[in-house]
Amino acid sequence: MAEMDTSSGGHHKKGPGVKKSKKLSTRVDLTPMVDLGFLLITFFVFTTTMSQSTAMNMNEPKDDSTQVLKVKNSGAMTILLGKGDQVYYYYGQLEADKLSEQFKSTNFKEIRNLIVSKKKATNIDDLMYIIKSDKESTFKNAIDILDEMSICAVPPGHYAEVDMTPTEELLISKTEEANGIK
Amino acid sequence: MPKVKIPRKSTSIDMTAMCDVAFLLLSFFILATKQKPPEALSVSPPNSVSAKAAPDKSILITLTKDGRSFLMLGDETKKADIINNINAAKGLNLTAAEIKKLNKSLFIGVPFSQLKSFLSMAVEPSADKLPGIPTDSTNNEMTDWLHSVTNVYAGSDQRQLQEMLLVKGDNAAHYPAFKQIKEAFKKNEIYKFRIVTNGEAVPVGSELYLNPPKSN
Repeated sequence: MAEMDTSSGGHHKKGPGVKKSKKLSTRVDLTPMVDLGFLLITFFVFTTTMSQSTAMNMNEPKDDSTQVLKVKNSGAMTILLGKGDQVYYYYGQLEADKLSEQFKSTNFKEIRNLIVSKKKATNIDDLMYIIKSDKESTFKNAIDILDEMSICAVPPGHYAEVDMTPTEELLISKTEEANGIK
Repeated sequence: MPKVKIPRKSTSIDMTAMCDVAFLLLSFFILATKQKPPEALSVSPPNSVSAKAAPDKSILITLTKDGRSFLMLGDETKKADIINNINAAKGLNLTAAEIKKLNKSLFIGVPFSQLKSFLSMAVEPSADKLPGIPTDSTNNEMTDWLHSVTNVYAGSDQRQLQEMLLVKGDNAAHYPAFKQIKEAFKKNEIYKFRIVTNGEAVPVGSELYLNPPKSN
């Protein structure tokens, strides 16, 4: 197989005084080379990241001012995304005299439980999550909250992204100030 | 009784075959791995539990950390048509050579007003130095680009187009920039598009984990 004929063919005969050199085997020990090969394989297998990026569906509503979706007060939960990965929420409609009671702050770790408990407590037909993103919130926040919706198996059509009202903006900036979020 | 002599055999095995296998596997893995296409724009997308793979051929809007938007036309067969369409629609007066050059560039990241000077540059500047396509509420040029895209794809399968429209945003990009891109889609009556994310496992114990959707 991988052997070469090293016997000096009868072409140049050595004189009587010249010693015949010892025939060396040409078989090379391939063990280190095998080691190296497998080392490289393991290296490549472990370093390659299987980063097949995925695609998440986005469905936007048609802008139609004639069709305003009416939401029951009891079934609505408004989730507001602020800066510094902060999440604020309230149930139903904001009432001027009960603002501080209604408006609560939380974070992305807690929001899942809140979404689930609201879902369990509400009749599925009335359920509506209203998502509002502050101008200081990030793209990651906006995607994360939509992802939470799919993690909590909120059926499509039961959550919507809506623009923020000035009252809510004010509430967020006040809460941020009070909590020292920069 | 004569002793049975067991002939001593050498314990060294011929490693050639094993070596062959090792390097065969190595070369297989190296050749079989699909290399990531070079990314001129480095963007770290958010995670999501979505399991659908992003298509290779796509019309991709990239939103960078600092809120600039870039457009990549991945469908080579339609790329020239889209560029010609926008050239005619916006009266850009690009010459044939300039269109050819734009067709070759990986992404579009300059406003219409700077397109001509961008194409006259000998060396294409790196993406960090480009201003991006303006997406302000007063001057949303992404709308015009998407309008040309819808024009060119008007005759073909709309579902296929929907699957191709991708938005890839950086984690740290601010929401208003993303909102402007959504507006650009909406103005062209595109209500469905997709967001490029990094796949993530569904959290154990969540509703989606307990009742995975049966069909995608």
